[in-house]
Amino acid sequence: MAKICSLAEAVESCIGDGDVVAMEGFTHLIPHAAAHEVIRQGRKDLTLIRMTPDLIYDQLIGMGCARKLIFSYAGNPGVGLLRRMRDAVENAWPKPLEIEEHSHAAMANAYEAGAAGLPMAVFRGYIGAELKRVNPNIKSVTCPFTGEELAAVPAIRPDVTFIHAQKATRRGDVLVEGILGVQKEAVLAAKRAVVTVEEIVEDFDDVHPNACVLPSWTVTAIAHVPGGANPSYAAGYYDRDNSFYIAWDKIASDRDAFTAWMKENVLEAGPDIFAERVKGL
Amino acid sequence: MSDFTPNEMMTIAAARALSNDDVCFVGIGAPSAACNLARLTHAPDITLIYESGTIGTAPSVLPLSIGDGELCKTAITTVSVPEMFRYWLQGGRVTVGFLGAAQLDKFGNINTTVVGDYDKPKTRLPGGGGAPEIASNCGEIFITLKQAPRAMVERIDFVTSMGHGKGGDDRAKHGLKTKGPTMLITDLAVWKPDPVSKEFTVATLHPGVTREQMQESCGWTIRYGDDLGETPAPTAEELEVLRDLNARTKAAHGG
Repeated sequence: MAKICSLAEAVESCIGDGDVVAMEGFTHLIPHAAAHEVIRQGRKDLTLIRMTPDLIYDQLIGMGCARKLIFSYAGNPGVGLLRRMRDAVENAWPKPLEIEEHSHAAMANAYEAGAAGLPMAVFRGYIGAELKRVNPNIKSVTCPFTGEELAAVPAIRPDVTFIHAQKATRRGDVLVEGILGVQKEAVLAAKRAVVTVEEIVEDFDDVHPNACVLPSWTVTAIAHVPGGANPSYAAGYYDRDNSFYIAWDKIASDRDAFTAWMKENVLEAGPDIFAERVKGL
Repeated sequence: MSDFTPNEMMTIAAARALSNDDVCFVGIGAPSAACNLARLTHAPDITLIYESGTIGTAPSVLPLSIGDGELCKTAITTVSVPEMFRYWLQGGRVTVGFLGAAQLDKFGNINTTVVGDYDKPKTRLPGGGGAPEIASNCGEIFITLKQAPRAMVERIDFVTSMGHGKGGDDRAKHGLKTKGPTMLITDLAVWKPDPVSKEFTVATLHPGVTREQMQESCGWTIRYGDDLGETPAPTAEELEVLRDLNARTKAAHGG
């Protein structure tokens, strides 16, 4: 059964140095508050998995928490590049970063394979694509029935997955609504799962029977962090802070500006600042 | 006819390529503007799909990301990302994929991964995202980008997404049954692949564009189709709808 506790306690008990970590949320519901707590607690040597590293991993990488990144699209969506990640890849600042690069289809399939308890994912992909040449984890298998050659990648099995969701009940069931991304698969593929939520409610009696609900026993810890996805968004609560995504490009373009921003807004702050930030969004 | 910019001509020519019956997988940026312009003008029933899982979406402003809330709110349905890539894209339900490119070669192969060597890149670009499988699994591919010698090159640094490969029947040799790139829409022209060699050749030049301008902004030696024509200029309606869409988008994103 999921334990409802503070974010600091959830992070303290669920993630260790060197862990393989997925923080998912496809543009929507990105668990920014949880990542900030991981940074504050100084976790290091993490293998970070995320389809779209986004600002959340730009920050973890820039703060030196990561050893390796597994990803499929490393842009600031609609804005440009991820400058801290790029500085790590091109200049090893603040430390070298190993990368394992895939396509979206490969990672989505790999999460699903992880949730399904399979060792690998099989799909029709990477045809004529050069990632095969540079990523030894992209292989192929031949269909035993038709002879078709298909792409194969290892299943994703994180030590711990972090997601943000709209609601949890007091007994710890979690409701995710809107753009679902790969969150359900990422939780079911992981050994441990931490969920931050906008709201804790009595029950889900008014929820549609086919809604995306993660039962309490699939989740390790839940923390109530209103606004915890900002500058990403939580459908029904607040919108994506597109102007911050644009502003981040400038902050992240300079090592000193980045370090100063992280000091003020992460190291010397706490999860309670997120509720304030989403007012008016 | 009022004046128009090369960018407006590009978006309008790209929108015209889409039909009302299309199911279109939309890339972010220039493709997104073209696809939504098509929906707001001649193709009101077009199905627009974004890789965030939103199917049949109808945003009133252009999204900044492929997962803006507006896409989900206005969609017929929103599915998970694994379902999007497995059932809908790989399942063969998408007629057109609309892609942009950082680097493009004359056979429609796209690079959005690195400039320079993969291990020691001169510039690390965002990467493929959904594009490698969009390029192979959609019925056909439209590409849109602004012409520049840096963007349209003889040889791309990295094949993120396969177009016609080495040309000719290279797609078939790779086991692909889909058509691959069938149209390239730039700020200066509309290009189509030669039926045999599959090299992009110019089908129509946008109004006022010269062959000199074309060659200056393209890194390969350009071939022109035998029946080279002129792209019809934007209509007043096309321009008005596009400008309104851009103004709403700018206001919404704090411009």
